[in-house]
Amino acid sequence: METVPADGLIAASWLLIALPLAGAAVLLLGGRRTDRWGHLLGTGTVVTAFVLGLLCTLQLGGRRVDVELFTFVATGSLDVQAGLLFDPLSALFVLLITGVGALIHVYSIGYMAHDPRRRRFFAYLNLFVAAMLLLVLGDNFVALYVGWEGVGLASYLLIAFWHERPSAATAAKKAFIMNRVGDVGLALAIFLMFAQLGTVSYEGVFGSVGLLAGGTVTAMGLLLLLGACGKSGQFPLQAWLPDAMEGPTPVSALIHAATMVTAGVYLIARCAPIYDATPTARAVVLAVGAITLMIGAIAGCAQDDIKKVLAYSTVSQIGYMFLAVGLGPIGYVAGLAHLLTHGFFKAGLFLGAGSVMHAMGDEVDMRRFGGLAPHMKVTFVTFGLGYLALIGFPFLSGFYTKDAIIEAAFDRGDGWGYLLGGLAILAAGLTAFYMTRLMLMTFFGRPRWEPGVHPHESPAVMTAPMVLLAVGSVLAGFLLVVAFPLEGWLAPVFGEPEAAEHVVAPIVVSVLVTVVMAVGVLTAWLFVGRREVPVTAPVRVSPVTRAARRALYADAVNESLFMRPGQWLTRALVWVDNRGVDGAVNGLAATLGGSSSRLGRTQTGFVRSYALSMLGGALVVAGALVAVTTG
Amino acid sequence: MSLTHYLVLAAILFTIGAVGVLVRRNAIVVFMCVELMLNSVNLTLVTFARASGTLDGQVMAFFVMVVAAAEVVIGLAIIMSIYRTRRSASVDDANLLKY
Repeated sequence: METVPADGLIAASWLLIALPLAGAAVLLLGGRRTDRWGHLLGTGTVVTAFVLGLLCTLQLGGRRVDVELFTFVATGSLDVQAGLLFDPLSALFVLLITGVGALIHVYSIGYMAHDPRRRRFFAYLNLFVAAMLLLVLGDNFVALYVGWEGVGLASYLLIAFWHERPSAATAAKKAFIMNRVGDVGLALAIFLMFAQLGTVSYEGVFGSVGLLAGGTVTAMGLLLLLGACGKSGQFPLQAWLPDAMEGPTPVSALIHAATMVTAGVYLIARCAPIYDATPTARAVVLAVGAITLMIGAIAGCAQDDIKKVLAYSTVSQIGYMFLAVGLGPIGYVAGLAHLLTHGFFKAGLFLGAGSVMHAMGDEVDMRRFGGLAPHMKVTFVTFGLGYLALIGFPFLSGFYTKDAIIEAAFDRGDGWGYLLGGLAILAAGLTAFYMTRLMLMTFFGRPRWEPGVHPHESPAVMTAPMVLLAVGSVLAGFLLVVAFPLEGWLAPVFGEPEAAEHVVAPIVVSVLVTVVMAVGVLTAWLFVGRREVPVTAPVRVSPVTRAARRALYADAVNESLFMRPGQWLTRALVWVDNRGVDGAVNGLAATLGGSSSRLGRTQTGFVRSYALSMLGGALVVAGALVAVTTG
Repeated sequence: MSLTHYLVLAAILFTIGAVGVLVRRNAIVVFMCVELMLNSVNLTLVTFARASGTLDGQVMAFFVMVVAAAEVVIGLAIIMSIYRTRRSASVDDANLLKY
């Protein structure tokens, strides 16, 4: 579908990016003068952006609007126009980012109230929102890349927000470096587009992707997938996301659960025309999604850190989304619907976890929780609703969107479809297991608190966003799948929905998923709820548990395959540099210096010896002249 | 008197000057020896000018004298100031400028 020029309020949609960016600039440049009202400004810009985004979306009405801004790069044959593409797909993301973002900003006012650097925190959050909006609104790959790097920077700054803790600083570096690996893939994909097509705009690239050779398109698709894997914490670049939980909890909720980590799904959905042309790359997307889905779910079952359980859950849920978008046209809408509902319930779960940590004196070990339900009623109820939505309790968000993905997998119709659908159902059971385990260990059972801990409910400024997100977790699935189907809204982007031929009847899938989910819940109750939870993790456990605790040895693999050889290479290069290059340069300098100091010895300071040497020189010259003239 | 006599005299004067510069320590004496060498060269120049009947050599001798006069002024001033600071006119004592 063609794009139309911007009109009305949408022409001002650049303000969506400019407002949070201005907020970040004021807060960072304003210094301590802005300490007293900095958090209010930071929240205000995002709330305003949300209202503006909502009005723009209402005006949009199924069109694809191109907002011309200015010439970004104009050199020779490279001509990049900075512009925004406001279409139903980016509108969805704008609403998710600014909506969930605004709620989390409000929550952070309470969560960070006692932090001396709260203003800086809001500045970084604003920077993140601006970069993320640029990522989803840009109408070309260069704008997307700028936003992509911007969110990476904000993520790095926020993971390391408490940089005086070595673990936080290390986690930030790990996140940044693993993201770099993915970003190289994205950058190479953009270079490839420019080299092959001479353009980097979505319109130009998607319009002429059919002219390219099959291999080129496949390479492009795989490179884009590498970028998406880095940003979204997908296999094989998934290891940074759980470590990123070292950042403050609102950051985990906003960046590492609801928005930034879903950028990879956005990228693949946006590049649908490229993947349409390359079944190979699409199959790899599918494989990555399925593998990550299982890795995340298995690792989540054995973690004791409440935030790490949620982090592995995020990894696993994004695996679902990758699986969905890897299925092609039948999966895009299901994947994006799951992305939106996941944004609600996972942000709500993280905010709830933050509230629990707030009450327990920043304790994250679930073995030290227990029996919190009567002490934190609001947190318990909102967290519980998020939990039910995540595990796919009937008629809550996750139920609709996860089922849609599993149905789409079966709808492939071949053996692979059954395999993927089966894996997805199995992962749904594991999800139910680890989330129930988390609920039981945190809110039920006997208190296992550290002495001197007095849990209390969080202030209203923190509970209000949690309540709103819980309402979203309950209703979003129904609204997006049943009441206002997302297919219709996204039709201008992905084409009109076809009447799907279901291989397995949807009701069968729903019943199956619900039964597996119930089995997962029951198993968790048998293993955790029924017995006393030991305060220290048992040492004598099965090899499976040991592997799951270490996230299937992802860190060990990375270390032995990449880090160690990298260190060897670095050491070898340092040795060559010190001994070879420096040796040659220093040796030359030492030779010159030594010979000059030896020559300097002839400068004795005695005038008469100078006179003698002059006389000798004169005699030599005279002798030479005589010899030349007579000879 | 033939040309040779003048030239031999000039050579003897030059040699006395050169040896004096090399062997004497007193700066004044060294200085006088330098003057002796300059003047021996002047003698040579004038001798050849006379022999060839042109004025070139004589003009050159005048230049040497002018330069020598300027050099004397500077040189004596340096010797004076060295003497004032070091209480000595020996050239071997002024040996700070070395490696």
